[in-house]
Amino acid sequence: MAKYKIRLTDVTLRDGMHAVRHQFSCEDAAAIAGALDGSGVALIEATHGDGLGGSSIQYGFSKEREEDYLRAVCQAAKHTKVAALLLPGIGTVEDMKRAIECGIGAVRVATHSTEADISEQHIGEARKLGLEVVGFLMMSHMTPTAVLVEEAKKMASYGAHCVYIVDSAGAMLMDEVREKVGALREHLPDDVEVGFHAHNNLGVSIANSLAAVEAGAARIDCSLAGLGAGAGNTPLEVFVAVCEKVGIDTGVNLYQVMDAAENEVRPRMHRPIEIDRASLTLGYAGVYSSFLLHAYRAAEQFGVDARDVLVELGRRRVVGGQEDMIIDVAYEIARKQRGAVEAGAQK
Amino acid sequence: MAKLTAAIVGSGNIGTDLMIKLLRSEWIEPRWMIGIDPESDGLRRAREKGLETSAEGLKAVLDTGVRPDIVFDATSAKAHVRHAKLLRDLGIKAIDLTPAARGPYVIAAVNLTEHMDALNVNMVTCGGQATVPMVYAVSRVVGVEYAEIVATIASKSAGPGTRQNIDEFTETTARALEAIGGAKRGKAIIILNPAEPPILMRDTIYCLMEQSGPDIYEKVDASIREMVAHVQTYVPGYRLNRDPIFKDNLVSISIEVEGLGDYLPVYAGNLDIMTAAAVKVAEEYAKYRLTVRQ
Repeated sequence: MAKYKIRLTDVTLRDGMHAVRHQFSCEDAAAIAGALDGSGVALIEATHGDGLGGSSIQYGFSKEREEDYLRAVCQAAKHTKVAALLLPGIGTVEDMKRAIECGIGAVRVATHSTEADISEQHIGEARKLGLEVVGFLMMSHMTPTAVLVEEAKKMASYGAHCVYIVDSAGAMLMDEVREKVGALREHLPDDVEVGFHAHNNLGVSIANSLAAVEAGAARIDCSLAGLGAGAGNTPLEVFVAVCEKVGIDTGVNLYQVMDAAENEVRPRMHRPIEIDRASLTLGYAGVYSSFLLHAYRAAEQFGVDARDVLVELGRRRVVGGQEDMIIDVAYEIARKQRGAVEAGAQK
Repeated sequence: MAKLTAAIVGSGNIGTDLMIKLLRSEWIEPRWMIGIDPESDGLRRAREKGLETSAEGLKAVLDTGVRPDIVFDATSAKAHVRHAKLLRDLGIKAIDLTPAARGPYVIAAVNLTEHMDALNVNMVTCGGQATVPMVYAVSRVVGVEYAEIVATIASKSAGPGTRQNIDEFTETTARALEAIGGAKRGKAIIILNPAEPPILMRDTIYCLMEQSGPDIYEKVDASIREMVAHVQTYVPGYRLNRDPIFKDNLVSISIEVEGLGDYLPVYAGNLDIMTAAAVKVAEEYAKYRLTVRQ
């Protein structure tokens, strides 16, 4: 008999959007959702990488209109509930209502891990509208455990069915995951689940997800072939296989998700999902994973090393959503380097 | 010289900062501070400064026959809807610092004198006061198809009102980018950053222009710098973080706003730009009332 029974959420069509610059078409989305449908994943998350209303100059414009994209996913996922991500400050309750018209059945409301109180309005409205609601504490590596517990309690009190520890920067190791997930499990009411969302920037997304399950997480986020921001998320097909071997019941059909990853996702990748030097730097410096492609572009535009930009952003304790800081920091580094070169030439 | 009398409703961060600024004004005399919590720091400071204070709310004070020339409302959007009606019935000028938007929008740097006769004017949001002038600076040179702003403020400077109604911030700011900034479409994003020590308010403004090229870039760049200097006349800590960056038909502007440190520390530039703008609007109204009409 399985030691643990958990539910998986697939984020290929949301976090994976970061890795394709939000350019999945409705056809791409329908093909991937269709391949996941009936596999046993509990929830399919789909939106722009930065959630409802995320299509912007700041984060990159989506290829498709938000409603068209969501409708395509909801129609293809005949047997699986679809979730939208919502970051208060970017998306609004009105955006959520439009997403409900398109057929979503769940919403995941994400805030920086010290700012849960900006989600009260959205979680409350989502509950009133009958959605399944997940609270998402982003950049949890930056925040002490005791604070995370208080923030999670706030989200639970607003009506969240589940609260996630989110390692947006892929900066956590297993002991930290155990401590933070375990603390939420201990202090949240029994009827509120705990979840965990990993990024693979330090190569430990599978290990961290296993540690989270052992510490009491009932929900884990994965994506097909790991498609996601930075070095990607916990790869769904790998995690399902690992869970089978250690006696964790995910309810997911291994061959079906292997096929979905191989047939539908790998051919659509813009670049391989791997731990290259810049994505490794994200985890090392504790920087929001979706900064990766923006940092490459800024580094190219200003002729600087993307790693220098990312490390400086980490030093300034920049949080999720502050993509505008990437340009400003790259610009500053370029000016300093130019200044140093000119000063050197004068000597 | 005669001054117009003013009441401040709301004794929180905004109301208290506003009081400190009004005490320096040559045109406005803050005479009343009205709150709902007798123990609040704002009411205590108001008493120390010699203002008449009440913790009974606006209606109770008006019922005693008090008739200020101007009422500044620094409560909440919900409360302002009630206050707006009371003040309108008595013919008292209301300057609304909540996102209730009962009256026309006023961005101090752009349409300061446009609504002198309106009984109720709305100060939009802190993000609006900081970014709409930049969009306007671009749109007065070249058409702006789309303007998008990202306001990042220190967590400590966002009070419970902002936190509970964050959608009102993004929606009201976006409308003002269009209505006052002159963009055909507007979008606003707000981010709270909890870093210690707290960061200064910073805003990035993106505009998609209808034309591009060196001549346009040069004119837009000059217009932006001129507007920054104009805003600095009433918010000295308003400045460009870097030069505007042009790429094809996109211009990206980055500013930061350092406050005067009147009530909250200097990082709360978002508070400062809102209260400074409200004072500017009130003073302009006072000049109009005290010089033109008499």
